Amino acid sequence: MKPPAAKAPARPVQGERVAYLNARLLDPASGLDTYGALLTDGAMIADRGPDLFGQGVPDGIAVVDCAGNCLCPGLIDMHAWLGEPGEEHKETMATASDAAAAGGITTVVAMPDTEPVIDDVALVEYVARRGRDNAHIRILPAAAATKGLSGREMTEYALLKEAGAVAFTDGATPIADALVMRRALSYARACESLLVQHCQEPRLAHDGVMNEGEVATRLGLAGIPAMAEVMMLERDLRLLQLTGGRLHAAHLSCALSLEALRRGKQDGLQITAGVAPHNFALNETAVGDYRTFAKTRPPLREEDDRAAMVRAIADGTIDVISSAHCPQDQESKRRPFASAEFGITGFETMLPLALEIHHNGHADLLTLLRCMTVRPAEILRLPQGRLLPGAPADLLLFDPDLPWIVDEAKLRSKSKNSPFDRRPLQGHAVRTVVAGRTVFQRRREVRGGG
Amino acid sequence: MEGPQVAGKATVSPPTGAGSEADRPATPPFRHRHLLGIEGLTPDEIGTILDLANVHVERTRAGRMKADTLRERTLINLFFESSTRTRTSFELAGKRLGADVINMSVESSAVKKGETLIDTAMTLNAMHPDLLVVRHGESGAVELLSQKVGCSVINAGDGSHEHPTQALLDALTIRRRRGRLQGLLVAICGDILHSRVARSNIHLLSVMGARVRLIAPPTLLPAKIERLGVEVFTDMKAGLEGVDIVMMLRLQLERMQGSYTPSIREYFHLYGLDSEKLSRARPDALVMHPGPMNRGVEIDTLVADDIDRSVIREQVEMGVAVRMACLELLSQHRAQWRRA
Repeated sequence: MKPPAAKAPARPVQGERVAYLNARLLDPASGLDTYGALLTDGAMIADRGPDLFGQGVPDGIAVVDCAGNCLCPGLIDMHAWLGEPGEEHKETMATASDAAAAGGITTVVAMPDTEPVIDDVALVEYVARRGRDNAHIRILPAAAATKGLSGREMTEYALLKEAGAVAFTDGATPIADALVMRRALSYARACESLLVQHCQEPRLAHDGVMNEGEVATRLGLAGIPAMAEVMMLERDLRLLQLTGGRLHAAHLSCALSLEALRRGKQDGLQITAGVAPHNFALNETAVGDYRTFAKTRPPLREEDDRAAMVRAIADGTIDVISSAHCPQDQESKRRPFASAEFGITGFETMLPLALEIHHNGHADLLTLLRCMTVRPAEILRLPQGRLLPGAPADLLLFDPDLPWIVDEAKLRSKSKNSPFDRRPLQGHAVRTVVAGRTVFQRRREVRGGG
Repeated sequence: MEGPQVAGKATVSPPTGAGSEADRPATPPFRHRHLLGIEGLTPDEIGTILDLANVHVERTRAGRMKADTLRERTLINLFFESSTRTRTSFELAGKRLGADVINMSVESSAVKKGETLIDTAMTLNAMHPDLLVVRHGESGAVELLSQKVGCSVINAGDGSHEHPTQALLDALTIRRRRGRLQGLLVAICGDILHSRVARSNIHLLSVMGARVRLIAPPTLLPAKIERLGVEVFTDMKAGLEGVDIVMMLRLQLERMQGSYTPSIREYFHLYGLDSEKLSRARPDALVMHPGPMNRGVEIDTLVADDIDRSVIREQVEMGVAVRMACLELLSQHRAQWRRA
């Protein structure tokens, strides 16, 4: 099942034009949902619409028959760990890129809490260069918000931004100190930068390893109360009120956080929030008998929380679905629960798990795709994520219905820590295009003409 | 001595001879390969273990110490956490049944050198033991280990999760004293949050039809513990009102000096078992403790040594018998499983 992806870097041939015919065009930015065609010219989208190529495709244009599948902007994943630098035995830019492309993801924001921490101009440039040289998709570095993730001193937001950092965050480490957070927010505002926070009050979460509740109590595991997330989000909303600027809450997990988020948005604060697929597709019972593959941060919560996440995606309270892809090798996971590492691998299951919400009748395709295309693009101020003439030709062609069963052995990520192994899913990426070039194409692309 | 609710287990008869293969008690097969916890055991299975353990109590008291049901079987005691009494109890149980017993304390050796639990399991597997008794400081560690070894595993305590043989020996002690478990009102007092003994006892007593009360300072109660079907009290006097059994838990002293409770003095004032608080319980209420005791912290010396009330020494005796029963049942299971 190795992808027949082009090994050459995703550099388009000048002037190469490709017509995508027989597609269901889905563009959340414009609300477009229609059958039609799309034309790319080099690395850009040239045109799209229901009547395009109604008179046939002129000579000199390559043709891709989409067979009735959905064509939308390539997915933008705001939150992932790629193993580089420091943990190349878990993941590399190359393996991450293969997995992301197979999941329909064309842009990934790489978290800075690596070894070493990405808190310096040279390191931001290193990540960007490693991404350019080794990945078929776009890898954008996020820089640490504080030096060495210490939570004390700010990094050089302006210089790091010039070097290519698209966001500032301490990754899985919350910025706990209110004064530091206040200064980071107001300084980021002046630099027109985005601050991303992992909302968890670290002292309250203490040594917790899963959701605090009945399951943790039965298993004798230390819990992380939902309030640890809620109070951190509420504190940051108050700070945002003080400073202005923009804040993105990386991954929310509990229903009460959503109430705080709604209030913050009503108050006119520039707050956005994301959710990881496992937090809307699983609940704490997935931990079962100490399954460390279900150990993640924020933890899997109660069923009410999970259901609230689905509703919040449907009603737009949640802005973004991001994978929280966090590869962990066997050695990190085959341990007693409390000493196992946190993290779930997620590139290849993000789209089908989001589609599950559609198949269950909770949200339409445009609403779901918005959370993975134009919303993250707006938040990160990227030109991608739209099917517009002049926009980058980052595209995803996907079959929304095809049933398949997750097989961890076939996942392309170097690490196989997926709690979704053996889960039946529907829909997956058929072809992934970055800057006009196909970087992933699934075998049996055409199945019976849609 | 046997309770009325186990009358159906009349198939368990005391052994007649010195314990050869043929005249071993005809115990019903035990369907589990491992004993990892009480949660998930049926009342029948618990009754089976207690009945067999009771046979061992009587036999030992009659002076017939040695049997050979585990002859040529190897029992490894693998302790990742220090323990004197549980390890000794298993060792004695194994030896009385004729097993070759090996004690391994891993807390100081391999783990410090970076060997993982899985590596340890692989090493032990190569020694082909029949039974592995494991204590580990982390919840779930024994279960993880059981998935990686070829022998039967008995959980001798994992983190804050379970300590099944302790709950079984407590149950046997109660059953011999009270003739039954059904309908009794049992109070478990102390550090419930970190206690594997409490969790195993809650499961066992609930499934056997006893009513369980928990008495602890709110900081030492785990979240949503009431969903396990227990009544929760933070006022010890109210919690002890009318109970048949008072089970005290051991408290780790370092947890009481400021982090969970303000001081040892204040803890004893509120949650130490003295004769005044005990007077709220039924006049014939039994006092139990898994040991080792912190006298003057969780239990008053006079109460601990009151021979009319305290069954603490009896618990130790029952411990050996219960462990003999568990070793035998798992060993029989293993023999059947091998033949199959």
